[in-house]
Amino acid sequence: MKQTTQEKPGLQNDAPDADGRFADFGGRFVPEILMPAIARLEEGVKRVLPSDDFVREFQRELRSWAGRPTALSSAPELGRRWGAEVWLKREDLAHTGAHKINNAIGQALLARRLDAKRVVAETGAGQHGVATAAACARLGLPCTVYMGSVDIRRQAPNVARMKMFGAEVVAVDSGDATLRAAIDEAMRDWVSNPVDTYYLLGSVVGPHPYPYLVRELQSVIGREARQQLLEISGALPDIAVACVGGGSNAIGLFHEFIAEESVRLVGVEAGGTGSQPGEHAASLSRGRPGVLHGCYSFLLQDADGQVLASHSISAGLDYPGVGPEHSMRRNSGRVEYITVTDQEALHALGECCRGEGILPALESAHALAGAKRLAKENPGAKILVCLSGRGDKDLDTLMQLGDGECLQ
Amino acid sequence: MRPEQKITLALTAKDANRPGLIAYLTGGYPDERRFREYFLQTAAACDLVEVGIPFSDPMADGLTIQNASQVALNNGASLEKILQWLAELTPEVETPVVLMSYLNPLLAYGYRRLAGDAVKSGVSGFIVPDLPVEEAAPLVDALAESGLALIQLVTPLTPPARLSLLCEKSRGFVYAVTHAGTTGGDAALPADCVDYLGKVREQSSLPVYAGFGVRNADDVAMLAGHVDGVVVGSALIDALSDGKDPGEFLNGLRR
Repeated sequence: MKQTTQEKPGLQNDAPDADGRFADFGGRFVPEILMPAIARLEEGVKRVLPSDDFVREFQRELRSWAGRPTALSSAPELGRRWGAEVWLKREDLAHTGAHKINNAIGQALLARRLDAKRVVAETGAGQHGVATAAACARLGLPCTVYMGSVDIRRQAPNVARMKMFGAEVVAVDSGDATLRAAIDEAMRDWVSNPVDTYYLLGSVVGPHPYPYLVRELQSVIGREARQQLLEISGALPDIAVACVGGGSNAIGLFHEFIAEESVRLVGVEAGGTGSQPGEHAASLSRGRPGVLHGCYSFLLQDADGQVLASHSISAGLDYPGVGPEHSMRRNSGRVEYITVTDQEALHALGECCRGEGILPALESAHALAGAKRLAKENPGAKILVCLSGRGDKDLDTLMQLGDGECLQ
Repeated sequence: MRPEQKITLALTAKDANRPGLIAYLTGGYPDERRFREYFLQTAAACDLVEVGIPFSDPMADGLTIQNASQVALNNGASLEKILQWLAELTPEVETPVVLMSYLNPLLAYGYRRLAGDAVKSGVSGFIVPDLPVEEAAPLVDALAESGLALIQLVTPLTPPARLSLLCEKSRGFVYAVTHAGTTGGDAALPADCVDYLGKVREQSSLPVYAGFGVRNADDVAMLAGHVDGVVVGSALIDALSDGKDPGEFLNGLRR
């Protein structure tokens, strides 16, 4: 098996520099009160992440508790319909139903080693909140999850799951009452409790070292997928596709393939209902660089630098920012970023349900819709899709749309 | 006189028994007309006015300033407009003015243009709560050419070596955050914060002003003698919301 990133301690040439920069992007734009906590975290990441002890514990939890490795499924019916060879990396099969668990259990193990007394987290779709609540229950850490009140309404089953795991769920009514407001509020909690509280951030966003830390914990997705695809089919994919909100499942899939020039990497952003401000969440396609939540990265903002409301039918993609490594990959051209609409995502979701017997999350349905478009443009291509999570949480939304909406 | 020196001069105590006072107003709150009135009344009753640039995601602020920012944004406030208003207002007052802004509105405005327009508007410096010293060089360079101050914040959690670095890098004055938390709130000031404030004063050659959670005359009395002065923000906004006169409220803090 290829060497894992954990076995190569230290920052690599594609990793952030000492200031936490991915080329121009990243950094740590946080209030002074948090700087000691950021320094402790950075020191902890450098010391703990590469240690044999941590790697062993993390891999054991991934295997015996989180259900890794997740399957790689061929998708013959989607392939037949779309005229390509389609493979699905089944993160929906991971414990708690999405890739988020990789990061949550990894950071919770780190938090325990850094003597945290309490964990706070934000959540959009609720998947990161559920994963964090589960990981904290597993490790006996008290957990508070901030969630926008709009998201609480559209992802009710996940709220109940967090409560079952003993987490306190705090509704956030301020701002747009979605993921962005939840992060604002989680940061305020951290600002108020900077000594004993560990902020378990859910995506490759935020101040350094989070974008690096979360990538290292999520890159297991791409490592497994590469090995599985080589074993089953004997060759790398032509195209690897993942959805991008903050961008953690995409970075997790892409990282392993960055150096493979033959593999096209495509990130799919939420095109929502249109291209006007407030109708989409396509930071990389329609934003410009700015600072939000501690990092400099592409951002949906107005001419005055005020952050714009985003929209996506998928709560997990409904975020006006994006991870700084994606901004770097966008500008270098190594990763292409496209958008698909709510409608395209719903159609792809329906096709996956009926064709493959898999109900994907609305987030993951964006990756499928992107793959469908790429298949049409590249007949016969071998396409690897990160199916980042399961869609059970979205049933309310889907049922409200009516039976016919997803099918075509 | 360079703008940063104007700040330091205004905030240096003339009377050891009377602490200096910085008053914070959210720019454009609740609307342009009333902001203009409040600004003039406030400037007459304090030693420096800190004007907040409203931002959509104020992560270091408590509810009072979050709400004030949202009201101001809804009523059309922006960095550009606030600078235009101040260009008309500052010639009427002696009190120096600094802007408190999260970084993104400043980035969007452009640092070079910002420095030029700040000088034209009579602004003497900036407080940027999400810009740690490690990330500050580009803004510092742009401001320094015009003699504008970038004021550093220090906190009770700042380690000793970093405290001396921040005091050395700060211009105008040093803003000492009293406790871990967002702005405003009802929590009493921690009694041991005076020890920490003493340490900041030892390190700083500039005036030291304590802010976050300073609400009333008792708080000011407790801090007086340990710092050169205090910053009052959320409590002033709350007083304005309650229909109180800003001059009377501010004068009541230093009885």
